[in-house]
Amino acid sequence: MSTAAATHDHHEHHPTGIVRWLTTTNHKDIGTLYLVFSLTMFLVGGAMALVIRAELFQPGLQLVDPGFFNQMTTMHALIMVFGAIMPAFVGLANWMVPLMIGAPDMALPRLNNWSFWILPMAFTLLGMTLLFPGGSPAAGWTMYPPLVLQTGDAFPFLIFAVHLMGISSILGAINIIVTIMNMRAPGMGLLKMPLFVWSWLITAYLLILVMPVLAGAVTMLLTDKYFGTSFFQAAGGGDPVMFQHIFWFFGHPEVYIMILPAFGVISQIIPTFSRKPLFGYDSMVYATASIAFLSFIVWAHHMFTVGMPLAGQLFFMFATMLIAVPTGVKVFNWVATMWKGSMTFETPMLFALAFVFLFTIGGFSGLMLAIAPADLQYHDTYFVVAHFHYVLVPGAAFAIMAAVYYWLPKWTGHMYNEKLGKLHFWLSAISVNLTFFPQHFVGLAGMPRRIPDYSTQFADFNMISSIGAFAFGLSQLILVYIVWSCARGGQKATAQVWDGAEGLEWTVPSPAPHHTFDVPPVVK
Amino acid sequence: MSNRMFRKLVAAWSAMIAGLAVAPFARADWEVNMPRGVTAISEEVYGLHMLIFGICCLIAVVVFGAMIYSIMRHRKSLGVQPAKFSHSTKAEIIWTTIPILILIGMAVPAADTLIRMEDTRGSDLSIKVTGYQWKWRYEYIDEGFGFFSNLAPEHNRARQLGSGIDPASLDNYLLEVDNPLVVPVGAKVRLLLTAADVIHAWWVPDFGGKKDAIPGYVNEFWFKPETPGIYRGQCAELCGRDHGFMPVVVHVLPQDEYQAWLAEQTAGVSIQPAVLTTQSDAPVVATAADVAPAEWTLEHAMAEGETLYNANCAACHQPNGQGMPPAFPPIAGSAVATGDVAAHIDVAVHGKPGTAMAAFGPQLSDDALAAIVTYQRNAFGNDTGDLVTPDQIAAVR
Repeated sequence: MSTAAATHDHHEHHPTGIVRWLTTTNHKDIGTLYLVFSLTMFLVGGAMALVIRAELFQPGLQLVDPGFFNQMTTMHALIMVFGAIMPAFVGLANWMVPLMIGAPDMALPRLNNWSFWILPMAFTLLGMTLLFPGGSPAAGWTMYPPLVLQTGDAFPFLIFAVHLMGISSILGAINIIVTIMNMRAPGMGLLKMPLFVWSWLITAYLLILVMPVLAGAVTMLLTDKYFGTSFFQAAGGGDPVMFQHIFWFFGHPEVYIMILPAFGVISQIIPTFSRKPLFGYDSMVYATASIAFLSFIVWAHHMFTVGMPLAGQLFFMFATMLIAVPTGVKVFNWVATMWKGSMTFETPMLFALAFVFLFTIGGFSGLMLAIAPADLQYHDTYFVVAHFHYVLVPGAAFAIMAAVYYWLPKWTGHMYNEKLGKLHFWLSAISVNLTFFPQHFVGLAGMPRRIPDYSTQFADFNMISSIGAFAFGLSQLILVYIVWSCARGGQKATAQVWDGAEGLEWTVPSPAPHHTFDVPPVVK
Repeated sequence: MSNRMFRKLVAAWSAMIAGLAVAPFARADWEVNMPRGVTAISEEVYGLHMLIFGICCLIAVVVFGAMIYSIMRHRKSLGVQPAKFSHSTKAEIIWTTIPILILIGMAVPAADTLIRMEDTRGSDLSIKVTGYQWKWRYEYIDEGFGFFSNLAPEHNRARQLGSGIDPASLDNYLLEVDNPLVVPVGAKVRLLLTAADVIHAWWVPDFGGKKDAIPGYVNEFWFKPETPGIYRGQCAELCGRDHGFMPVVVHVLPQDEYQAWLAEQTAGVSIQPAVLTTQSDAPVVATAADVAPAEWTLEHAMAEGETLYNANCAACHQPNGQGMPPAFPPIAGSAVATGDVAAHIDVAVHGKPGTAMAAFGPQLSDDALAAIVTYQRNAFGNDTGDLVTPDQIAAVR
């Protein structure tokens, strides 16, 4: 890299302090911003989840008004989906995609700066509604009319915040696609790209296709509320169910937007710590693409109870069940990658293995939910809550944590504290199951979701779930400490970091210099 | 982090886990599975659920078994040298084909059940179910009567924030209503579901499913209960602040008892179902006792009005009339409740579009509305002295 460093002088006049972060166009800085923002939102959204779990600790209302409880469930979901999970993956993409494809930066650096800085504004708009006299939006993150139209002064803030989040996502996605399509190092054909890059390429297309749909849906809500339209109001000839169709046409691909990059992360980590190449690279790519395609034709499985025609229900049931095939291929490929490998179990690998186990459990409950007649029982119960938390917490969030531990030495130049990392893993893995596994039981036994109080028959499992949630929440403070201390110092990391690691990102020094790959590497 | 801190952390977590093990769990029945239910459909759904759960368990044993074996045996610490293979067309064909076959095996019985569930023909009894924020209305279409079904009053008192009433002191906490739906055993009951304000969902697990009640739609759902008894469920679609407090209770009666109940309803003797004898303190909610105009005194209207206000208005406007501004404005000292009587009646009867304030005209009788408006204008220090008569309500309908 000495030749590259010599050409760097003209870059060294960048500002320092807060102005550096506000004006930065460097993909590594912006990646860091995204990740720090995401961690902050993860803690804020988590605190809201703990309000929910504290109220549900026992039957009866002890702590909060039911209206405020609904605000918490709504804000928790919006913050976790749009503020924690999605920006974390965009942050990982910003940091790692250029490093993995041998590009000097993202293709559109100023756009990159903007797509990040829109996010804090969006969440300021959304978050400030907590201080409003009428409180925050409380109609659920799905924003179903007519209920959402009863929202008070928070309503336009909700809509504009969602618009801004959508713009941020679209700009980020455009940048990622342009970067991957145009800036790969010579010799890196599409089918030589690391799986993380592949899964982000596909995810970015999903984002561009569905975020405008969401924007359209919420704009129609806005005009229904303030401009006298009746898109979704039955009294004016509108159709409340149409909103659900539009929302879930966005919403189901959105689910995969939150999980495909996680698949990519896991497909990087398992080969590294198995010291064996990824099994079935091509089929992994095709499976990811199949999942993305199928995500567009399964949306109404979120709506089996709205009274669809039989033919519609059958179609959406069959299409949904099909998703199990490519998803199964991915899981089998990960297991086959481990098979006859030479495994070690550092923290990233532990999180990746937990991902495979627990995401698969979420996949099983997903398959059960696909069965329309049974879904009429499961729908809107804690069984669904358990299902999507299994795929999002020990699924997406664990994959993000795995990625952070995996690449942290590359980012900071220091090894994190392995002992604390393992402690964080075990506490998280145990408490996440303690939190969400009993929710399967209460859901099957008949507890609806989104209720602040419940019949005494559900009491004990809810108590266990709440204890698990507090344990999980507090365990994440260990992660904050590990990242903070790793950024400040620690054992020096080598360029390679992990002895089984392969790929361009491991050819640059640790920490990765501010500018990398000024001269493109050649991939053989 | 020092070793001492590390040990302390471990100790703290261990204490928490130990505390969990000895925590007193006495309340719940530890139910972990879906009920079999009391209809042929619910039994089928239960069977499907168990079938698919079983298949998932088998797949889990194979996949997790292979993974755990690999984790145990294929580790560097055992001196294993990594193999070099990275694909196998044969394996990939096998693990694509077998899941497809398994899925077909699941899809066939599922489609079969779904087709039967959707067949609403040949029903013996049709009941229109309307969801309101936050109660249900049941109308027996052919028999020409109907009633509202609210969370039972003692449960409503217990569920208030900081009520001090132990939920365990009530049977079926939050799953009890004042007026249950009553149906005969063995009859195919067809529900026609709609809603007056926002989307709700009608769900009794023992009947094998739920269906949304949507404004502007009439959805169909049917069940044919095979065993007499009391079956409970809840609204299953987020419908606002008191979504958790609009239970569904269905009394399935033997044919003769049902006929007796029906005769009582249609004779107009009372709108209270006979089976409510178990809850003697349940008030009449939907109607005030009809009285001759001469007896319509301020005292009478206030007494009726207080009961009705607490059943219909207090969830939002609060028993003390302070409301929860700005979503739910106060009645106490409000411009509406102390100003023009006609405007006040208009809001009560027609609601306020674009807000959670429902139109109570279709829900309550003239007497009931007159009593409520009178109460609101004289309680909470409003003291207007206005007596609103049922005629005034009738005039604006």
